[in-house]
Amino acid sequence: MDWQGQKLAEQLMQILLLIAAVMAFVVGYATASFRTMMLIYAGGVVLTTLITIPNWPCFNRHPLKWLDPSEAEKYPKPEVVAVSSKKKSSKK
Amino acid sequence: MHSFGYRANALLTFAVTILAFICAIASFSDNFSNQTPSAQIQILNINWFQKQPHGNDEVSLTLNVTADLQSLFTWNTKQVFAFVAAEYETSKNALNQVSLWDAIIPEKEHAKFWIQISNKYRFIDQGHNLRGKDFNLTLHWHVMPKTGKMFADKIVMSGYRLPNAYR
Repeated sequence: MDWQGQKLAEQLMQILLLIAAVMAFVVGYATASFRTMMLIYAGGVVLTTLITIPNWPCFNRHPLKWLDPSEAEKYPKPEVVAVSSKKKSSKK
Repeated sequence: MHSFGYRANALLTFAVTILAFICAIASFSDNFSNQTPSAQIQILNINWFQKQPHGNDEVSLTLNVTADLQSLFTWNTKQVFAFVAAEYETSKNALNQVSLWDAIIPEKEHAKFWIQISNKYRFIDQGHNLRGKDFNLTLHWHVMPKTGKMFADKIVMSGYRLPNAYR
């Protein structure tokens, strides 16, 4: 997930859980059934899990911009001097 | 929020916190219920009234308990525990309470009842003060919730008297 997606996922999670809680309480109180309240809330938690946890495409709309390879050439990787005297040189 | 585990943890923690709030509000909503219980206790018979070998008085009664505790049940009630206690005063103690009978009422439908029974628990005094004693029979109840605060209350019925001599 990219940064925008993470923010969106977190906000969605909080709002969805709050809405599930409010609806659960209102319906449970109106029907005088504790069991109904718990079931609705559990359903809301499962739904929120399905929406916010997996890596859906809508959370990847603003992908991170990595440096172009041409930019990277200007900053070559440093040469590693190993004991076995194997020299690594950067490949283009 | 950059990995499954991180998001799952955040979601679960928030969900459980909100669950705690829901339960607290559910318990708080019990304060708004309108409770009008009623009860009546009749002593049908004093079966026997003896002094035990150790010097304590003991009475055996047959009680007729009629009660309507249906209005105590709310959506957040798991069960109601009701018990009948005999309360009286002696020179040694300002208040003596002896539990004579109790019951667990799991559902609203069972809360309106009529029962005729001899005392489930023995009515034994600390001493021998019961002859000619005036006492109250009190029906106490505890409303046990599914979540949250337990409420307890009682109805005091007075005017009962034990005989002046052993039988």
